[in-house]
Amino acid sequence: MTDELPRTDAVANAAGEMHPAAGEPLLRIEGVAKTFGTFRAVDGVSLDIKAGEFFALLGPSGCGKTTLLRMLAGFEAPDEGRILLGGKDIAQALPHERPINMMFQNYALFPHLSVRDNIAFGLKRARLARADIATRVAEMVALVKLDGLEKRKPDQLSGGQRQRVALARALARRPQLLLLDEPLAALDKKLRENTQGELMQLQRRLGMTFIIVTHDQEEAMTMADRIGVMNAGKLAQVAGPRELYEAPRSRWIAEFVGDINLFDAESKLCDGHRLIIGTRDAGTLVVAAPRQPVGESRFSVAIRPEKVKLSRRGPVSEAGHETAINRLDGVIADICYLGGTTTYKVKLDTGGVVQASVANSARLDVDAYSLNQQIVAWFTPDDCVVLPS
Amino acid sequence: MSARRIFARPARFAAIAPYVWMVLFFLVPFGFVLKISLSQTAIAQPPYEPVFDLTAGWTTIRAAFAALGIDNFKLIASDDIYVFAYLRSLTVAVTATALLLLIGYPIAYGMARLPKRWQAMAMVLVIVPFWTSFLIRIYAWINILQHDGLLNQILLALHLVSQPVVWLSTDTAMYIGIVYSYLPFMILPLYATLAKMEPALEEAASDLGAPPWQVFWLVTFPLSLPGVGAGVLLCFIPIVGEFVIPDLLAGSNSLMIGQTLWLEFFTNKDWPVASSAAIVLLVVLLLPLLLYERLQRRQLEER
Repeated sequence: MTDELPRTDAVANAAGEMHPAAGEPLLRIEGVAKTFGTFRAVDGVSLDIKAGEFFALLGPSGCGKTTLLRMLAGFEAPDEGRILLGGKDIAQALPHERPINMMFQNYALFPHLSVRDNIAFGLKRARLARADIATRVAEMVALVKLDGLEKRKPDQLSGGQRQRVALARALARRPQLLLLDEPLAALDKKLRENTQGELMQLQRRLGMTFIIVTHDQEEAMTMADRIGVMNAGKLAQVAGPRELYEAPRSRWIAEFVGDINLFDAESKLCDGHRLIIGTRDAGTLVVAAPRQPVGESRFSVAIRPEKVKLSRRGPVSEAGHETAINRLDGVIADICYLGGTTTYKVKLDTGGVVQASVANSARLDVDAYSLNQQIVAWFTPDDCVVLPS
Repeated sequence: MSARRIFARPARFAAIAPYVWMVLFFLVPFGFVLKISLSQTAIAQPPYEPVFDLTAGWTTIRAAFAALGIDNFKLIASDDIYVFAYLRSLTVAVTATALLLLIGYPIAYGMARLPKRWQAMAMVLVIVPFWTSFLIRIYAWINILQHDGLLNQILLALHLVSQPVVWLSTDTAMYIGIVYSYLPFMILPLYATLAKMEPALEEAASDLGAPPWQVFWLVTFPLSLPGVGAGVLLCFIPIVGEFVIPDLLAGSNSLMIGQTLWLEFFTNKDWPVASSAAIVLLVVLLLPLLLYERLQRRQLEER
């Protein structure tokens, strides 16, 4: 999944870099916990991050992702656990002693310093020679395309330019690990999308390890190689974007990452590699058996809206057949046109509601469904996931 | 009448109001003082001449104008007493302001870093001395610093000294009094700037490799300079003209300009010289103000 690109000389030569032993992760978080008063913000998180990886910490606000990031930067000390960077425990090291840099949510640019001095700040602290600092600053300015703005103060820059200065300043020291705290939250949508692409390119080109914190699942899916979903201080699932979306481990994750239709199961029957599940809202559904047997008594059947197809009559299918298809009859209860796709809410005859997302692949869709139209919503057993409730 | 007009009038008046205030309560009295400073002492009522009598006719007023002169300023410039008084005032003000900054900055910094709910409490503690009259508080210090006062009793009880120390009527006592009285004026503007500073800025500096002392000198302190400037001015200017504290707590061997002024005015009944001294003091005090203003303007222009 990760693109194998050689790390540039610039990064490999970074001063004081700790080289993890072969096969060892760059960063290992072991049972880290942090409590504020009685609130357990981070509750026993363990995680390995490989060198060169683009990792996203995703979760709702208050889930502990920012606290975890602040512990990596050194602004908070964990109450329990270890943080190993290149094999060395840095959990109690002060922020200025770590070969880690952070890009702050509101950039935290020094208002009294020019763009050049902001970028040079970390280099001066590293006691680099004056000429080296000048070269490195020029390099960074070119990297983030800020040429000509070196003498400006932060309040003379646009939001996008400030974001670039913050990035250049954090990259200038060539950290082993770059932390990004909601780096794009302050940008408008279009600029955010462009910047996402630029950040990914930059990360690949520099071969640096990035950890980004975001509450925006689309942002995490777009940029990251792997995503760690956090909830109530714990890592709920760590997986690549596709696995996270198609094979969420719990009902909570499935609902947090994207939209999903959920039907509570009432009975189940094993039939080879299929499960025949009775649901209250959607009748009997045929589902591919999950790899782990469903042990829990309470579980639900989940299906993503774009995997639900709509048609006037529906495909022919026999319930007992190997290639059985789930057919749900209903009427269109709501239509939501979103440009690229249209989301239909179908009120099922069995009582439930199923959402279907259909791509608008033709400009003039004379055949579009209308409100209250009788319809068949259908999907294959492979498109369903069984989730513990 | 349009809505715009209704609002325009009071708004315009509000803009004029400070100027009206300045003219009535600063420029007009300043004109009186300036005129007296150019007059001559006389044993009369009022104790100077010429006196402008607007009913006496044009020629008399012209003659009165002709009688004005800058003799008093020459006297002040040539007499050591005044020069020394100015120098002493400036020395005391510079020293006291430096002490205030050294003591006030850590307090303001500590306050700004307190948990939010404790900050209001700390603020009240800083302001609470104002509930008691200034004079009473200075007299309380006399009580503490006198020969058998609280300070000497404590020092003797702790066996830190074997004899009572002379505190009262010394410069030390005066500095204690000044620093004590002006501390809130230093703390409050500093606290205001430090409290609204984004904590992420210090974190960013630390993240970029700055140890704590560099974080302070490279980020916190430069960003608090507007507060430092305001605090320094709020303390420096009134301390230069301070009269009560040196009069009650310091010795009488060297006087500050406020005391000299008082002597000229009430003891020597020499209103013209006292007025000239006041005018010179004003000019001396305007200099740092102009400097501060120019610095601020330059900062604005840089943006």
